Amino acid sequence: MMSIRQRVPGTRRVLERNMLAYRRLWLIFVSGFFEPFLYLLSIGIGVGALVGKIPGPGGKLIDYRDFVAPGLMATAAMNGAIFDTTFMFFIKLKYWKTYDSMLSTPLTNTDVASGEIMWSVLRGGIYAMFFLLVMLLLGLLHSPLAVLALPTALLECWAFAAVGSAASSYMRSYWDFDFINVVLLPSFLFSGTFFPLDRYPGWLEVVVRCTPLYQAVALMRSLVFGHLDVSAAGHVVYLVVMGIVGLSIASRRLGHLLTP
Amino acid sequence: MPGEPLVVGRALTKRFGDFVAVDGIDVEVRPGETFGFLGPNGAGKTSTMRMIGCVSPRSGGDLRVLGMDPATDGPRIRARLGSVPQEDNLDLELSVWDNLMIYGRYFGLPRPVIRERATELLDFFQLAERRDDQVDPLSGGMKRRLTVARGLVNAPDLFLLDEPTTGLDPQARHLLWERLYQLKRRGVTIVLTTHYMDEAEQLCDRLVIMNAGRIVAEGSPRDLIRQHSTREVVELRFLDADEHDRALDRVAGVGERIESLTDRVVIYTHDGDTTVKELAQRGLAAESAYVRRSTLEDVFLRLTGRALEE
Repeated sequence: MMSIRQRVPGTRRVLERNMLAYRRLWLIFVSGFFEPFLYLLSIGIGVGALVGKIPGPGGKLIDYRDFVAPGLMATAAMNGAIFDTTFMFFIKLKYWKTYDSMLSTPLTNTDVASGEIMWSVLRGGIYAMFFLLVMLLLGLLHSPLAVLALPTALLECWAFAAVGSAASSYMRSYWDFDFINVVLLPSFLFSGTFFPLDRYPGWLEVVVRCTPLYQAVALMRSLVFGHLDVSAAGHVVYLVVMGIVGLSIASRRLGHLLTP
Repeated sequence: MPGEPLVVGRALTKRFGDFVAVDGIDVEVRPGETFGFLGPNGAGKTSTMRMIGCVSPRSGGDLRVLGMDPATDGPRIRARLGSVPQEDNLDLELSVWDNLMIYGRYFGLPRPVIRERATELLDFFQLAERRDDQVDPLSGGMKRRLTVARGLVNAPDLFLLDEPTTGLDPQARHLLWERLYQLKRRGVTIVLTTHYMDEAEQLCDRLVIMNAGRIVAEGSPRDLIRQHSTREVVELRFLDADEHDRALDRVAGVGERIESLTDRVVIYTHDGDTTVKELAQRGLAAESAYVRRSTLEDVFLRLTGRALEE
């Protein structure tokens, strides 16, 4: 394994490649942000007007749109992180052989894995930043701690991108990506994004508490309301471990697949 | 040190599970030469190239590339290699120009240097007009030329090409050969694999013939032909299999050696015309009798008992 100091330029070069590619695809880049934003307007503000107040962090009653917004921010970050580490990662790996061409240069499989993951952190981080800005403008931020939502989003993106690329390295064909959607859509809908966990029967609540997106949603919500407790540390540790495991699997798999 | 070999392989071996792709070969590439691996598909050429290119670890034996060990110095060696894989892996999301730019960046080269080289390379490979186009619509020959150009962006000390002209039409092949020949004249050390004997004969100063993971012969094309074949070859074709079989008795003793293939009888001889006359005197009537110079194909046939291109 190379030292961090040697690896950074390699990571940056993979990032550079993606920036060059997205110069042509900027519309696709921008469109990724709109989905959660539209949910915020329709569900958060539209439906929210019919819902009334619900219990937020610490049990305080809050408006529905205030409840939904942090969850959607976590979703925006997650989307940004997995766009390029799932399907695109697979195509570059198996069909375009983009990574093979990188590995015939001084770049290593760790450079490729960390470069792609850093790119996804960047993309998800930009979505999160704009979402945070929208929340600020709509008066949906209730604590100065909300500033920490941005680094939290970066951590979330890193963890999701690492696991996304690790999972994609096991995909055999396009059709296998249906599995990823089968995981992503329910986690978007049911990870405490749209309603509190006490709606679930006890055992299901435990299951949801263990999902990755829930960690991010819960963290964002407590930051936006300035209500931090020990559980926040648990969420952070969860995401850090998730990222480390994902990254090590992803770079090992790349080595296995690309340099047999 | 000048004259020090750029590649030294000793008992070099590559295994995939139980399958032995490269079976303990010894190989040496000297500075300035064009060195070839000639052999049919599955002979182990690509596996050897990937080990030399530091993208596939060796399973056994010893290997030094540019004086370093690929197992520990991969990135440092690759920084000085140019690599053209068997299948084009151009970046389909980028233009022709950006393909060269980003590839240069992977080597950590400063942009002005890459810009200068890319401009030169696009001219040299007749791609300047397509500089701003996307890669996918390019013809097969153009894509190949771009892949070759890309491999030269870092001004490599050693240029590796895995089957550079496979799948190209004759015109595209000749254009690429001509460019590779110019590179060779500029002193670039080239290692290539091919299953085309004419490619090997035209480009290689020295080559090894590989079959089933082993090296079966080594030398310059001319030496190999002299050692393992005769100067000329007469190829006889017959109307049908019966004619073919009957003729075999009659040609016995003509020339140096006779090889009977499914579609023709091949007579190795020092003087084709005399042989043809002798056959006529014996009253042998082949449908066609074709005299040609001996090629590496004949050497390969002699050494392995089978044809190169099947």
